Amino acid sequence: MIKKFDWLTILIYFLLVAIGWINIYSATYKGPDESIFNLNELYGKQMMFIIASVVMIVIVLSIEAKFYERFSSVIYLASLLLLLGLFVFGKNINGATSWYAIGGMTLQPSEFAKAATALALSKYLSDIQTNILEFKGLMRAVIIIALPALIIIPQPDPGSALVYASFFFVLHREGLSPWYLMIGFVAVLLFALTLMFGTIWVSLGTALLLTLIYFVSKKSKKRLSILQLTGILLVSIVFSYSVNFIFENVFEQRHRDRFSLWLRLEDDPAKLETIRRTIGYNTYQSESAIGSGGLMGKGFLEGTRTKGDFVPEQHTDYIFSTVGEEWGFIGTATVVLLFTILILRLQYLAERQKSAFSRMYGYSVAAIIFFHFAINIGMVIGLLPTIGIPLPFFSYGGSGLMGFTILLFIFIKLDANRINEW
Amino acid sequence: MRKFLLSSIIIILAIIYIGRLSYLQLVDSSSQNPLDDTAIKAVYDYPERGHIYDRNKNLLVANQAFYDVMVIPREVKPLDTLEFCQLLNITKEDFDSKYKKAYTYSPRLPSVFLPQLSKKEYATFQEKMRKYEGFYIQKRSLRHYMTDAGSNFLGYISEVNERDLKNKPYYQSGELIGRQGVEQEYEEILRGRKGVKFIQKDRFNRVIGPYKNGMYDTLPDQGKDIRLTIDNALQKYGEELMVNKRGGIVAIEPSSGEILALVTAPSYDPELLVGRKRSKNYTELYYDSIAKPTYDRGLLAQYPPGSPFKTLNALIGLQEGVIDENTTFTCYHGYKYGRRFMGCHCPSGSRNNLDRGIYESCNAYFANTYRRIIEKYPTAAEGMGVWEKHIRSFGLGDYLGYDLPIGKSGKVPSPEYYNRAYGENRWYSTFTLSNAIGQGEVLTTPIQLANMTATIANRGYYYTPHIIKSIENDTIDIHKFKTKHQTTIDPEHFEPVIKGMNDVFIKGTAKWIQIPDISIAGKTGTAENFVKVDGQRMQLTDHSIFIAFAPVEDPKIAIAVFVENGYWGSRWAGRIAGLMIEKYIKGEITRKDMEKFVLEGSLQEEYEKPYSKKPFSINDGKKMIIPESSTENKVSAAQ
Repeated sequence: MIKKFDWLTILIYFLLVAIGWINIYSATYKGPDESIFNLNELYGKQMMFIIASVVMIVIVLSIEAKFYERFSSVIYLASLLLLLGLFVFGKNINGATSWYAIGGMTLQPSEFAKAATALALSKYLSDIQTNILEFKGLMRAVIIIALPALIIIPQPDPGSALVYASFFFVLHREGLSPWYLMIGFVAVLLFALTLMFGTIWVSLGTALLLTLIYFVSKKSKKRLSILQLTGILLVSIVFSYSVNFIFENVFEQRHRDRFSLWLRLEDDPAKLETIRRTIGYNTYQSESAIGSGGLMGKGFLEGTRTKGDFVPEQHTDYIFSTVGEEWGFIGTATVVLLFTILILRLQYLAERQKSAFSRMYGYSVAAIIFFHFAINIGMVIGLLPTIGIPLPFFSYGGSGLMGFTILLFIFIKLDANRINEW
Repeated sequence: MRKFLLSSIIIILAIIYIGRLSYLQLVDSSSQNPLDDTAIKAVYDYPERGHIYDRNKNLLVANQAFYDVMVIPREVKPLDTLEFCQLLNITKEDFDSKYKKAYTYSPRLPSVFLPQLSKKEYATFQEKMRKYEGFYIQKRSLRHYMTDAGSNFLGYISEVNERDLKNKPYYQSGELIGRQGVEQEYEEILRGRKGVKFIQKDRFNRVIGPYKNGMYDTLPDQGKDIRLTIDNALQKYGEELMVNKRGGIVAIEPSSGEILALVTAPSYDPELLVGRKRSKNYTELYYDSIAKPTYDRGLLAQYPPGSPFKTLNALIGLQEGVIDENTTFTCYHGYKYGRRFMGCHCPSGSRNNLDRGIYESCNAYFANTYRRIIEKYPTAAEGMGVWEKHIRSFGLGDYLGYDLPIGKSGKVPSPEYYNRAYGENRWYSTFTLSNAIGQGEVLTTPIQLANMTATIANRGYYYTPHIIKSIENDTIDIHKFKTKHQTTIDPEHFEPVIKGMNDVFIKGTAKWIQIPDISIAGKTGTAENFVKVDGQRMQLTDHSIFIAFAPVEDPKIAIAVFVENGYWGSRWAGRIAGLMIEKYIKGEITRKDMEKFVLEGSLQEEYEKPYSKKPFSINDGKKMIIPESSTENKVSAAQ
């Protein structure tokens, strides 16, 4: 049995957890003479979470693989109940009612709901009677995905809810028309372009592009008719106008600033300075900390900006900036590569599964980790707007670490069991 | 296709992210300079600047501490204003207006609340200071002058400017740097080296400890005291003698090359350039373009040396064997060469030997000598080359290499110079005859003349003049000040010339300014000079020049004096030289009559002449100068 585990994935998991802890230690370090197990310090707590995760790994791997498929609905329903229970028993931390407080411990159910949703979705999709190419099947799948997200949004924790978008990768893999992804992608693109260049240029550009497509695809059988293309153009223009309208009239200034920062729309130095000190403070500090690391970094516990607590939330969402400052480009590139390898490996493992359930679950795991990785690091290095979600295995937090550990190791168990799946 | 979407996106994303990271961490280095790191603050510890002493260990320049009361308005807590005002001896209204001013400047940044507390005020305030949050004392150290003389060679200190910051990486904005004189020349020794502590701060700008446990911190190196070769009493006396005159005095100890006095007139009190009033005073001094108090005439003024230069021609004549001490020339109240004539004040038909030639300052004698030197060689150019080599061996025509930051090279003409002017082999000794009497193309600065005098006093060698005597009790170990510069003249040739110079005081041009009991060798000189006023070239009264050393047998001091527009060498420069020598050797003045003449004498009237726009006489009324503007006025008045 042990031989069948995918040791590469397990190795990367432990590497990420270890590197993560070292950086949490540095980010929350107060001085020498403290035990690394000191429970009054965050790094001590995180060490406990790591130990608990190892225990959890043993439990997850010991349970019969079939259990996860068979009880996926139960687990899903339980996690929905836990999420709903927050409205009654939830504890408010930092403005979000996302935690249960039990004794001295806190538990964030949304971190576990991801695994539960992945199980439920895989179970539903792998059912022989499900066809997501039909409207009914697709709707049910979407409901499975959307239910936890809809409960999480008003906590409010839009970042965690956004992660559920990653399941569209799974739907896509299982046959969902690429148009959905395409439309989503085009919408985001149009949104950004409208803000950057204005409605008129976007409309003109779209018209030009569609004309080009029309002539280039003249010989193709699948070419779109002039009517269809005109329709697309009209929809795009209307969309572009409404983006402008919403941005100027519905968004509040803080939202506008967030997008200005992301798309680098502001070029007045005085306003830029204001943005740096207010809405862009985190991003600016995080970029500076990473930049100051250079190639080799300043060394373990030597990061001056880390020591000075210049980057807010550095041990949680911004943990990657500690890597950047203390371990330099060598460190950041290593972490990016480890995540890339992990996600590629997971996808590879998913593809080799014999049962549809395992494959889809594996795909979900890869997609969720990918989504977290992409959004978190993109935010920390200033390429994406500020969306507060943790870096898997890295960021401080017991629920997060446990949730990801369970998510990952269920798949490792399924993978190890794949030859028994007939 | 569907299998590859996720993997393609993750690979593309990884490339984008690594690209972005390499931009942030490898390309854009704006956040990698630790001094720009907002988390680290460098705190400097400035050592006290070294003191400056004169050769007799009199303190010339020390430091004084100023205590400024500083305030950071944002940190100020409610306080007992009445007690606070009493401590600082200010009124409640003062307090309110000063506080408001500081707050308007910036609530966050420190500003000076009350500048320059006295020591006593500082002491009483310091005891109670911790009660007043937001107020603190900042100590500033400025120069304190124990003398009112020597501002020209002492220099001053001021804040570094943009150019210093760019060229000298040691300095930070707001720091002080030595300017001019020894403050500039010995800047690094006097300044020492500031210490630095790197402090780690958090984002609220609170200190959270030393950066890397003080690994990069340094302790300050104390600035060292220096001792100058200047005799402050002599310097001061020289400046007093020069009051109401313009010119310079340079005195050198021949046996060492040490500069005993370096006087320029007019001068100013060094205290004028201390502290807040420095900038205003400096501007005033700097823009006085007529008297030029910031222009060090002793080092920078280039004049024709006049008659003192004859001593060198005598020495060269002896060395070249073209004359000996018995060689006699007849003076025809001047010297006729070709169609030209060089006048002289000897009666026509006087027969002068070398001794008399020197003490009577006979132009004809040295015209003959000079021609013999040049004409000894087949061509004038060759003769000129030999002559130039001899002259340069006395340190003329070049920066001497002394340890002050300013100077002029003066000028010694070379055969190439005349070749350029007249064409090769198209000029003869007579073309350059003015060199015989120091009036031609030769230009010297007073310090060069003083050094030349010291060389004669030493009978043939000199040490590079210098102003540094020792650095913090170590004697100086600067090779170039310990090197003997030998002239090309053999020692035995000096005695006849020195005898002539001694006779200048006994029976020559300076016999009525003798100093009792001191045997002095000297030489008078006058130099014609011209100025341009409003674009018009005008001749002014000759400069009065004098060189001397004493005692003749064992010279302790060699001196060069020049007084602008003072006319006869003995009238002003000669008297001043004599008084300086007496002051230095005896420490007291016996020729009170001479002293009174000089101290009370003023040449201001002479200096105002060219600016009066009226016709004026020069050289004791021997010549009238009529400015163009005044003739115009006259014409218009006549109409």
